[in-house]
Amino acid sequence: MKVALFATCLVDGLFPDVARATVRLLRRLGHEVVFPQQQSCCGQMHLNTGYPAQALPLIRRQVEVFGEYEAVVAPSGSCTGSIRHQHADTARRFGDERLAVAAESIAARTYELSEFLVDVTGVTDVGAYFPHRVTYHPTCHSLRLLRVGAKPLALLGAVEGIELVELPGAQSCCGFGGTFAMKNSAVSSAMLADKVAAVAETGASVCSAGDSSCLMHIGGGLSRLRVGARTLHLAQILASTRSEPVPV
Amino acid sequence: MTYLGMPTAPPGVGQLRGSEPFPDAARTALADGQLRRNLANATSTIRAKRAAVVAEVEDWQELRAAAAAIKDDVLAHLDSYLPQLEARVTERGGVVHWARDATEANRIVTELVTATGSREVVKVKSMATQEIGLNQALEEAGILAFETDLAELIVQLGDDRPSHILVPAIHRNRTEIRDIFLSEMAGVEPGLTDDPAALAEAARRYLRQKFLTTRVAISGANFAIAETGTLMVVESEGNGRMCLTLPDTLITVMGIEKLLPSFTDLEVFLQLLPRSSTGERMNPYTSMWTGVHPGDGPQEFHLVLLDNGRTATLADERGRAALRCIRCSACLNVCPVYERTGGHAYGSVYPGPIGAVLSPQLTGVADNASLPFASTLCGACYDVCPVAIDIPTMLVHLRDRVNQDKAAGHRLPTPEAAGMAAASWAMRGQRRWTWLLRSARLGRWARLARLSRSPAGRRLLPPPLSSWVGSRDLPEPPAQPFRQWWAEQ
Repeated sequence: MKVALFATCLVDGLFPDVARATVRLLRRLGHEVVFPQQQSCCGQMHLNTGYPAQALPLIRRQVEVFGEYEAVVAPSGSCTGSIRHQHADTARRFGDERLAVAAESIAARTYELSEFLVDVTGVTDVGAYFPHRVTYHPTCHSLRLLRVGAKPLALLGAVEGIELVELPGAQSCCGFGGTFAMKNSAVSSAMLADKVAAVAETGASVCSAGDSSCLMHIGGGLSRLRVGARTLHLAQILASTRSEPVPV
Repeated sequence: MTYLGMPTAPPGVGQLRGSEPFPDAARTALADGQLRRNLANATSTIRAKRAAVVAEVEDWQELRAAAAAIKDDVLAHLDSYLPQLEARVTERGGVVHWARDATEANRIVTELVTATGSREVVKVKSMATQEIGLNQALEEAGILAFETDLAELIVQLGDDRPSHILVPAIHRNRTEIRDIFLSEMAGVEPGLTDDPAALAEAARRYLRQKFLTTRVAISGANFAIAETGTLMVVESEGNGRMCLTLPDTLITVMGIEKLLPSFTDLEVFLQLLPRSSTGERMNPYTSMWTGVHPGDGPQEFHLVLLDNGRTATLADERGRAALRCIRCSACLNVCPVYERTGGHAYGSVYPGPIGAVLSPQLTGVADNASLPFASTLCGACYDVCPVAIDIPTMLVHLRDRVNQDKAAGHRLPTPEAAGMAAASWAMRGQRRWTWLLRSARLGRWARLARLSRSPAGRRLLPPPLSSWVGSRDLPEPPAQPFRQWWAEQ
C-alpha cells in the first residue's frame, strides 16, 4: 500500500528517530512510504490553546498536502485525534464548508500507527525483536479520542523477546496536556510525579507510548529524577529487529 | 459571536468566582498533603464504586443518549416548559417566583422567610442556594440557616466552603470532622470519637432538634416535571425528607434548566443519577411533591426559578450543553486535576471539569478566565458524564472565547497570542519551517537542553520554558530533523 507519512511537527523537529522507525517498519511490512515535504503541523496546539483562527491555515495546508493519498499514517494519537475530531468542525465554524468536507475525507484516511497496522493491514505480529522489560502508557487521546483500545498492546505483545509489564494507573493522564504543562505547571508536575513513580514501580527499562508529546513529558520527568528508565515510541519498538536493534 | 443583552451572574453575591486564578489557587492546594491524601482516598473509592454499578447496565450508552436528547429538548423549549411548570405548580396551590439573578433570588427568599415570622430555617443540601450565597443573605437579614446534610453541616460548622458537588466536605477526614464538631456543635458530648458511626449519631441528635422545631425549610431540586408541576429531591440521609415534610413552609430554589418535560423522563434520569454520583443502584431517599395538600406536609410552597447567567449560557450554541448537567459529580471524581487540587482551587461552588465549563459561562468568561485552561483535555470527564456533555470540546471553545475577550480589551496582542500567530505563520511556509527545524540543531536547543539539566542553568531559562523545566528536563536535540534525513536519502 502507498502510505503518506505525516510525521507531525514535534517528531519531525525533535524526535526524528520516531519517524525513521515508522518508515522502516512500514517498508519492512511491504508498504511504499512517501513523505510530502510541504507538511508541517496539524494545528492541535493552536486549537487546544484557543486560537482556532491561527489553526485554520494549518488545517487548509493539511488538506492540500495530504488530499491525494489513500492512507496517511501518523505516529501520534493526539495529532490523529485532532485531524479526526477538530479539523472539519473548525472549518465549519469559520464557514468553510468545502474545507470541512475535504478535511472529513482526509480524516477518514488518516490513521494513528497502531490503527493502521491492526485495522487497515490486519497485522499484529510485525516481526519485531526487542528483548527488554517494557511498560506501556496508553495516552489519553489514543485511549479516549481514538479508542484504539488494546491494539498497541496486541502489537507489543507479539514482539519477540519483550517482557511487557502493566503500568499501574495506566489510564491516568501524565499531566502533559500541551500548553497546560506550562500554564498549570504545578498541577501538571504533580500528575507527572505519580506517572513517573508508576513507571519506576514496574522496574521497566523502557516506558513506551504512541505519542511523542506525552513521552517528552514523561521522559523529562524520568530524566530529572534519574529513574533509569527511558522512553521509546511504540514505532521504535516495533521497528526493532535482531539485525537492526534499537539501542536501549 | 455576541452575547449582548444576556445578563450574567452578578459579581459580589454568591460563590461563582474565586479570589485568585486557578494556577495560583492550585499551587496552594497542592502544598496541602493532608488534603491530597483525603481527596485521593475519597475519589478513588467513589470511582471504583461508580465503575462497578455502571458496568451492570447494558444500555448505559443508550440511556446517556436519551438523557442528552431530553435535556436538549428542554433547553430548546424553556419558553414553553417553564410557563407550563408555573401553571401546574400554581394550580396545585404553590407560588412561583422568577429570579433574574442571585441578588433577586436572595431578596425573594429573604422576604418569604421574613413573612412567616420565623428567624430560623432548615436547609436541604442545594447547589443553587450555595451558588447564590443564600445563607449569607439570610444571615444579613437576621435569619439563621441550618444545613442538614451531614457534609454540608460539617462545612457550615467549620466556617468552610464546599469543595465537591456531592460530597461538600470531601477535603476533610474524620479526625478533622470530630474536631469541628467538638468546637462548633452545640450540646455535643465532649468524649466524641472519630468513629464514623459516632460522628453521624452526634449530627443526628443535633439535627433532630432542628427538624422538630423549625417551621421553614429551604431546598433545591434535582428535577421538576413540567407536565405535572412535581418537584423532586434525591438524597441519601433522610434529612431532605424531614425538611420537605415537617415544616409549615417550603421554599425551593431551582435553576431554570432543572426541568424535565414529563414524569416518564424520570425513568432515564433515576437510572443515571445515583449510579453516576454515589455509585449506588438507587439512592436511599427520593422525595416528590406537587403543590400543597391540606393537612399533609407544608401548607405553603414557593418555587423560585433562578436564571443567574443560565440564559446567557444558553445563548452560546457551543457552550449551552453545560446546562444538561444534573450535578452528579462523576466528572470531578475521575478528573486528574480535581483529584490533586480539590474543589476550592476552582473558586466556584461548581468545581472540577463541569465547573470549568459552567462557571465561566454563568459569570461571563472574563471573570473566570483561568478555568477553561484548568484541564489537560484527557477526556475522562466526557466518558463518565451521564448526560454526555463533551467537556473537552467545550473547554477548547471557551479558551477561544477567553482569548477573544482578552484581545478585545487590548490594542496589542498578548505575548501568547503573538507567539501563536508567529508559530502559525512559520508552519505554513515550507522553506521557513524547514529552516526553523534545521536551525534547532545549530546549538540553540542543545544549549537549552543542557541548561535544563542543572539547577543553576534552569534559572537562566525564560518563560514559558522556565515553567517546563521546574520538573522536567528538555529532550536532547537530534542531529537533524526528519525532513533533512528524508531529503538526503
